[in-house]
Amino acid sequence: MPSSDRQVERLVMDAGDIARAVTRIAHEILERNKGVQALALVGIRTGGVHLAHRLVRRIQEIEAATVPIGELDITLYRDDLSLRKEQPILRKTSVPFDISDKIVVLVDDVLFTGRTIRAAMDGLIDLGRPAEIQLAVLVDRGHRQLPIKATYIGKNIPTSREEKIQVLLEEEGEDDRVVIFKA
Amino acid sequence: MSLKRKDLLSLAPLSVDEIRLILQTADSFKEVTGREIKKVPALRGRTVVNLFFEPSTRTRTSFELAAKRLSADVINFSPSSSSVVKGETLLDTARNIEAMQADIIVLRHPSAGAAEALALGVKSSVINAGDGWHEHPTQALLDLYTIRERGLSFEGLRVAIVGDVSHSRVARSNIHALVKLGAEVRVVGPPTMMPCGVEKLGARVYYNLDEALRGVQVIMMLRLQLERQGIALFPTIREYVRLYGLTTERVKLAEPGAIVMHPGPINRGVEIDPEVADSLSSVILEQVANGVAVRMGILYLLSGSN
Repeated sequence: MPSSDRQVERLVMDAGDIARAVTRIAHEILERNKGVQALALVGIRTGGVHLAHRLVRRIQEIEAATVPIGELDITLYRDDLSLRKEQPILRKTSVPFDISDKIVVLVDDVLFTGRTIRAAMDGLIDLGRPAEIQLAVLVDRGHRQLPIKATYIGKNIPTSREEKIQVLLEEEGEDDRVVIFKA
Repeated sequence: MSLKRKDLLSLAPLSVDEIRLILQTADSFKEVTGREIKKVPALRGRTVVNLFFEPSTRTRTSFELAAKRLSADVINFSPSSSSVVKGETLLDTARNIEAMQADIIVLRHPSAGAAEALALGVKSSVINAGDGWHEHPTQALLDLYTIRERGLSFEGLRVAIVGDVSHSRVARSNIHALVKLGAEVRVVGPPTMMPCGVEKLGARVYYNLDEALRGVQVIMMLRLQLERQGIALFPTIREYVRLYGLTTERVKLAEPGAIVMHPGPINRGVEIDPEVADSLSSVILEQVANGVAVRMGILYLLSGSN
């Protein structure tokens, strides 16, 4: 959606804020898991994939070690497929390593109702039996509909239900920023 | 974009974008079929009915597996074991199946147009799994998928479709789709097996196999339907094999690296020499494997609530 279509748009994170949040989360992941032993990152399409790549790069800079990375499309695990008139477009899941006995950090841009994360966990478990699943998000905007909590949070941003939040990233041809707007 | 259709009856009315969407969707399911646990919950609670009025193992099994891997419930319905032998019409049979809340009916029928007639009469989605000599859209889609997976692009692609074009629904679906996608389609076979007006679909007609094969990147063999009408259309099988059988020597006339396809079941030593069927250029078993992924894609795309 081009920015001009929106009525009022409020900037809540700029490029510097995002970079610092990614750096801090990378440190927290390493601290909590005591290094990169058995660690793997899996980004949820599409925003989460970009952030997962950034986290992997940052971890590599800090620890001089590579971490396997995967990309997960959760469409087939959504809980509203039987309600939709037309089915959403599928993207490819690509997790080119065995996740069994790994500590898998799921990465997404925004944590909202928690339904995407529920779908992602189901999708992940179909691929193997991870030792542990953790969750890293850039933004937690509240309004959970499932008992799900993030392990690593870039920023808590209180929102009202009517508001939309969007994470725009360079990888998608935008300037890095997070904005809130009324739909 | 999404597939805004209730049914998949034929490739003739599909747009290039719709064909590409189906192929792209099949990519995701190809990944699923490569997993240890080859099952996703996308069609949980949906019912798929395989309604087959003609013998078929490959297509029916492929649809059954595709539906099961999407977590749908599958029922196989074949006329010998049903009330059809008691005189029930196709539409009545289908309405009974629909009353049991089938979401998708997969129909194979000996009459051209049967799938379309059925689709008009029921609310369930209908997938044509072969209707007479008309079309077999899912077979053509899995053929396209296999070509694309081999890294060939359709624009300007040279394809020879060889054999009994007249009685082949596989050929008709493939001609429609390949021409739409910008390929150069050659059809070749004896004059008795060449439908009149085939050039109006955009295919070029050849009667000499060697000539037709020169420079093609894809050789698509059709099955000689010996059990049907084949015998009356040419003097002897030996003559047919000599003129239209695909041998290793003939494959050499095509572009180096050309692929050989066949919808199966193959008649070894008739339309295809065993040496060719088992060679590296043959993608026949890849076609079968891709069939499940492509059919999963089609079932998924048609499963939006009606």
